[in-house]
Amino acid sequence: MTKIAHHPDHATLMSFAAGALPESLAAVVATHNAMCPSCRAEVRRMERVGAALMSAMEKQSVAPVPQAALSMPQADAARDAEPVSDDPIERLVGSSLEDVKWKRLGLGVWHYPIETKSPDGGDLRLIKVQKGQAMPEHGHGGSELTLVLDGSYTDEIGTFGAGDVADLDDTIEHRPIADSDTGCICLIASERKARFTGVIGRLLQPFTGI
Amino acid sequence: MSDLLYRIAQSRDPDAFAELFDNYAPRLKSYMMRQGADSATAEELAQETLLTVWRKAALYSGEKGSASTWIYTIARNLRIDRIRREHPWQELPEGHNEEASDDTPPDEAVSERERSARVQAALGELPGEQHEVVVLSYLEGLSHSEIAERLGLPLGTVKSRMRLAYQKLRETVEDLQ
Repeated sequence: MTKIAHHPDHATLMSFAAGALPESLAAVVATHNAMCPSCRAEVRRMERVGAALMSAMEKQSVAPVPQAALSMPQADAARDAEPVSDDPIERLVGSSLEDVKWKRLGLGVWHYPIETKSPDGGDLRLIKVQKGQAMPEHGHGGSELTLVLDGSYTDEIGTFGAGDVADLDDTIEHRPIADSDTGCICLIASERKARFTGVIGRLLQPFTGI
Repeated sequence: MSDLLYRIAQSRDPDAFAELFDNYAPRLKSYMMRQGADSATAEELAQETLLTVWRKAALYSGEKGSASTWIYTIARNLRIDRIRREHPWQELPEGHNEEASDDTPPDEAVSERERSARVQAALGELPGEQHEVVVLSYLEGLSHSEIAERLGLPLGTVKSRMRLAYQKLRETVEDLQ
């Protein structure tokens, strides 16, 4: 993988470390961080802020846990490895990118919606776009994160390759065009339900209901 | 505090657990209540956080940071799961792909209390409006948009206050483990 050039904003990472980022956005940050040691290190530093705030809370009385609870078996590193895939994409979609069951969204554009656990978790989906094709534009409502998983795209801000994140808020209008030969696959999250507003989006809206 | 974790991991030392429990559980209960849990739920989540610590102590390593930071992340993930009922998309599974931090290794001479005091001092020096967004994020669990709504500010202003706050805190948290 080429070096990651675009990272989530520090404000976004801090909200993630605080456990306050909406679920869909947190999924994108976690997937980026799985590929990005520098953002993982940054989040670790930000967690120290949380630890300090927690340590300064006043004490409330808590009953001790029953002795029986302590006799449960302890974890060990090998046995406790949770039955979760090491691959961050598999964790999200339950398969590798090659096996995603894409749904056609229009000319040269496919998507795969990913359900969040919370109904207020926002919108999370994979988007696949053919070379030369524009990504469907979202009507930005609040924060939005786009993570490139495969291929690359270019917009007014620059070129985004695998691992890069575009961290945008509702003040930014952009029009990304997929520019690698194999097209571009992105993981896109927005805290509001997506409304696609570009030309394609307007054409698609009545059919897809997104 | 790290030594207590090692004692639990190595010999399941109940005294070490009791000491850790007395130090963290009462504060975790306040933390959970601040996040919107009622008193009974907060108490349960505080107990459950410490039970997870008991069970997973063997997975803790000083390279992951201080005991407090590790316990904080367990509490935070439990809160996301139980209070917000969201999937806690945080790190990959325990032990996966975990490398040592690039930061200075923990200075054993600097106590946990001292480290925490330094971050608290740095937090105290933040301008009020930056301190406010940090507290609303970490302790009330509000997203940037929720903070913007609560304070009647544009989303971009909330984000820039967070960024400025972190710029000032970064030097302090970088020196610490």
